[in-house]
Amino acid sequence: MIARAVEAAGIPTLSMTSALSITRSANVPRAAFLDYPLGRTAGPPNQTEVQLDIMRRSLALFNTFQTPGLVETLPHVWSATEGDAWKEKLSLPKKDSGEAPADDERTEREDQPQYQNPEDKILAEQGRCGNCIWLE
Amino acid sequence: MPEQNSRPPVDYLQRTRDQYAALGYLPYRWVHNDDTPPWTALNKPLSECKVGLVASGGIYAKGQVAFHFRDDISLRIIDSSVPKEALRISHFAYDVQDARLDPSVVFPRDTLNQLADEGIIGSVSDKAYTFMGGIYSSRQVREKVAPEITRRLIADEVDVALMVPV
Repeated sequence: MIARAVEAAGIPTLSMTSALSITRSANVPRAAFLDYPLGRTAGPPNQTEVQLDIMRRSLALFNTFQTPGLVETLPHVWSATEGDAWKEKLSLPKKDSGEAPADDERTEREDQPQYQNPEDKILAEQGRCGNCIWLE
Repeated sequence: MPEQNSRPPVDYLQRTRDQYAALGYLPYRWVHNDDTPPWTALNKPLSECKVGLVASGGIYAKGQVAFHFRDDISLRIIDSSVPKEALRISHFAYDVQDARLDPSVVFPRDTLNQLADEGIIGSVSDKAYTFMGGIYSSRQVREKVAPEITRRLIADEVDVALMVPV
């Protein structure tokens, strides 16, 4: 939705994604699909060369795509030993079970800022967060 | 050694539908656009382009207020002077382990910087914009978040924008 708004305002956009069905549904102007588990949209951690390769191939789509709505699937594979076996480990919820799947990563919805580190909270409370934009 | 993916992509749309049905919730209404997406052709070489970065993985900088988990639609500006070591991750809906280990996996600013050094792109904008995806109200995104980001990217005079959702 944001990509479409930015593109409509005259700035070409490229969306990286690891959720193909969601990106297709949103129907963004250009997308690069990396078939990885969610949370690593731009590559594997601490593997700079792979991250660079993913980014080079993604940016190249600004030149190769000539029509809106295309999605390029990148060739990268999550695990050198297990390939995309991670998909087998995603559990599906039982129909009408009233239970979330065991691997549901979602946490409780809290009203308070959720800091990665406790000291971040102290620092943030000392400042005025000049680079925060409140849209409420 | 597997050199290609052997299984089809995970259908997260269907997974969420199944999950909501199992929990007895009303069906989640994903954004669905059938029309042709907007299109702006790139009219200069990438090597001359200033690239803007927008990421929804809940990235904030040390010293900034973190995201809260109840329909937070606020944005953070990550200035280019903020080192990777000062980036933090706060998100309710994905496994943040690798993102905390290496923020580049959801916020590839340093990757872009390296490609600028190589001459693949012209430069990286001094300001990147982050927020916490999983905003349930598409109206809030359409009416508030998207226009704010658009306005700022125009003010920053970026030539192209890279969107990195989670």
